[in-house]
Amino acid sequence: MATKELVARTGNEAMAEAMRQINPDVVAAYPITPATEIVQLFSAYVADGLVDTEFVTVESEHSAMSACVGASTAGARVMTGTSSQGLILMAEILYIAAGLRCPIVLAEVNRALSSPINIHCDHSDTMSVRDSGWIQIFSENSQEAYDNMIQAVRIAEHMDVRLPVMVTTDGFIISHGLEAISLLEDKEVQDFIGPYKAAYSLLDVEKPITVGGLDFTDFYFEHRRQTAEAMQNAKKVILDVGREFGEKFGRSYGFFEGYKLEDAEIALVLLGSTAGTARVAVDQLRAAGVKCGLLKLRVFRPFPAAELAEALKHLKAIAVMDRSDSLSTAGGPLFTDVRSALYDLPERPAIVNYIYGLGGRDITVEDLEGIYRELQRISGGGQVQETIQYLGVRE
Amino acid sequence: MTAHNFETSATNTWCPGCGNFPLLNAVKTVLKELSEGESPTRPENLVMVAGIGCHGKIADYLNINSFYSIHGRVLPVATGIKLANPDLEVIGFAGDGDAYGEGLEHLIFAAKRNVDITVIVHNNRVYSLTTGQFSPTSPPGFPGRSTPAGSPEVPLNPLELLLASGATFLARGFSSQPEQMKEIIREAINHRGFALVDILQVCVTFYNLHKYYAERVYTVEDHDPGDYFQALQKIREWDYGASSGGEEQEKIPLGILYKKEAPTFGQRLSAGGGGSKSATPADREALIEKILANNI
Ligand SMILES: Cc1ncc(C[n+]2csc(CCOP(=O)(O)OP(=O)(O)O)c2C)c(N)n1
Ligand code: SF4
Ligand SMILES: [Mg+2]
Repeated sequence: MATKELVARTGNEAMAEAMRQINPDVVAAYPITPATEIVQLFSAYVADGLVDTEFVTVESEHSAMSACVGASTAGARVMTGTSSQGLILMAEILYIAAGLRCPIVLAEVNRALSSPINIHCDHSDTMSVRDSGWIQIFSENSQEAYDNMIQAVRIAEHMDVRLPVMVTTDGFIISHGLEAISLLEDKEVQDFIGPYKAAYSLLDVEKPITVGGLDFTDFYFEHRRQTAEAMQNAKKVILDVGREFGEKFGRSYGFFEGYKLEDAEIALVLLGSTAGTARVAVDQLRAAGVKCGLLKLRVFRPFPAAELAEALKHLKAIAVMDRSDSLSTAGGPLFTDVRSALYDLPERPAIVNYIYGLGGRDITVEDLEGIYRELQRISGGGQVQETIQYLGVRE
Repeated sequence: MTAHNFETSATNTWCPGCGNFPLLNAVKTVLKELSEGESPTRPENLVMVAGIGCHGKIADYLNINSFYSIHGRVLPVATGIKLANPDLEVIGFAGDGDAYGEGLEHLIFAAKRNVDITVIVHNNRVYSLTTGQFSPTSPPGFPGRSTPAGSPEVPLNPLELLLASGATFLARGFSSQPEQMKEIIREAINHRGFALVDILQVCVTFYNLHKYYAERVYTVEDHDPGDYFQALQKIREWDYGASSGGEEQEKIPLGILYKKEAPTFGQRLSAGGGGSKSATPADREALIEKILANNI
C-alpha cells in the first residue's frame, strides 16, 4: 500500500522523485528555468548512485531530444525534462520521437515563449507542440505531477501505444510551490511500471534495423495513419492505467475531473493549476446558490472529444479558459477543440473563451467569480457579447 | 551637442563583486571615447546584441540600441543587423554557454565569413543564470550543478577553434584588469572584420576564479599577432585546463593574440554584386530616410 504519511515536495522535486523511482536507462537534458531543478536533482541521484541511469549533459535541447531518440531506438527507457524555449527548440525532434514511436517521457514545465522574454507560467510552449504526436498530460499540483509521471511510463510503453508522453506542470506555481504529497514505495513504482521491453533495438546485431528510413509516397501516409491509430489506442490505455493506479494507490485518474459538475448549469473548462483557484470560486458561489461547476482537463492529447461532449452537454453556458493564445483570431487552442467537440450535440451550451494569465499574470478567485457571473447572465438568456475575451489585460 | 549618456535607470541585479561590472564599465568608457573622438561614431549608430544569461542583462545597463536575442543566437542577429546597415557599429555580448555551446555553429560561421562585428564573450566558464552548470569551457571534473561528480568533458579552446575558423581578430582579457580590457575592446571595435574578445569574467557566485587567474595571467609581449603560427602557439599556451587540470605552473596569456586584415563578408558581398544595392554611405542614408519615412 502507498506511503500514507505526507511529505513536502515542490512540483520539480516530485517529478525528480518519480524519475528516481522509475530509474530510467538514459536521461539527456539541458537546463532551463523553471525546469532546471528536475534534471539537476536527478543528476545528484546519478552521482549518489541511487539510480542506474546514464545521464547525458548536452549542449542544447535539440541535442537533448536527439540523444533521447538515439537511446530509445537503441532500446533504452528514456526520460528528460525542459520548458519553454527549450521545448520549442526540441520541436523538430519531438516530431521524430513520435514518428519513430519512441516511448520517451518528458517532464515539461509550462512557461511563456519569447518574444518578449518571460520566465513565468503560461501554456504556450506545450500548446505549440500539441500536434507533434506526443501525449500531453497536465497536472494541477505536485501530487498529480508525481502520479502522472509514473503513469506516463506505462502509457507510453503500452504496445498498443508506443508514443512519447509529456507530463506538464505550471511554471513556478507548481514547479516551485511546496505541497504536502504522498509518495509510493520504490518497489510499488517498479512493480507498477514493470521492466521495459523495447520493440526493436539498434543494439540487436542479430536483427539489424534501419531507423528513420526514407518514406515517400509509397508508405509515409500509412505510417502517419498508424501513429494516429496509436493515439486513438492511447485513450483506452490512459483510462486503464488511471483506474489501475487508483485501485492500487487510492488516487484514480481519467481524462478529466469534474467538480460539482453534475447538477451545474454553468461551468469553466480549464487546464492545470488554475483548477485549485476555480474550486474556491465554485464553493463560494455555490454557497450563494449559484449552480456552477468546473471541468479540469487532464489529458489534452489525445483530445477526449466525445467524453467531453457527454460531460458538458447538460450545461447552459461554458467558459473555456486558455492560458495561451493561438493568435488565430478564432480563440485559444483549448477553446477551439472544446467547441468543436460540442458541435454534434443536439443542443449545444453557449460557449465563450477567456485568454488569461499569459506570462504569469495572476489569476484570482474574484476573476473567476466574475466569469461565472457572466455565464449566469448568459445562461439566463443574455446575449454573448464577445466570444473571445482577454481577461484582465490592460487595453 | 551634449555628450551621450550611456547610463540607464535599470536596477542592476548582478551579484556584488561580479566581473560583469568592470566589463560593463570598460565597454562604457570605450564607447564614450568612440562617440567623442576626432571622427566620432554617433551613439545612435551603436547597436548591441545580447544573449540570454547573466551577461545578457547588459542590454538593460547600457544606453545604446539593443537587441535582446534568445539563448545562443547573438551571432545571426548581429550579422543581419550589420549586413542591413554596414554603417552601424555592431557589438555582441554573449555568454560562454550562449556562444560556445547552444549557438556555437553561428560563431564559427560568423568567423568563417569574417563578418565585421565585435563579439565580447563573458566567459565565466559556467552557466550562471541557470545557477551553476558546467559550460563548454569549464575544466574537466568541474563540480557543476548538473554534474555533482564532476564534468566528464574536457573544455573547448574557443580561440583556437575560431582561429581555425577564419576569425581575423582574437583577444583575451580578464575582468579584474579593467585597463587592459578597455584597450582590447577598443582595438576589437576598431578592427575591420570579425573580432572576438574572450573575457575571463569572474562569477563570484558560481565559479570564483579571481585568485586562480590573478596568479596565472600575464600580458603578451614581443608577440606578433599578425603571424598565424605565433598566434596559434600563444593561443595553445593555455587550454582552459583541458590537459593541465589547473596546475600551478600554467600561464594564461592576455592581450591581442591574433590580428589580420582580410576582406569582410560585406565587402565580398558587394564585390560579387550580391550585396546591398546602396553601396555608398550616402546611398544608405538615403535608403534609411526612405524606410523611416514609411514608418508609422
Ligand atoms: C533554448 C534555451 N535553453 C535554455 C535556456 C536557459 N538558459 C538561460 S541562460 C542559460 C545559460 C547561461 O550561461 P551563459 O551563456 O554562460 O551565460 P551566463 O549566465 O553565465 O552569463 C541557459 C541554459 C534558454 N534561455 N533558452
Ligand atoms: S551569478 Fe555570477 S555571473 Fe551572474 S551576476 Fe552573479 S556573479 Fe555575476
Ligand atoms: Mg557563463
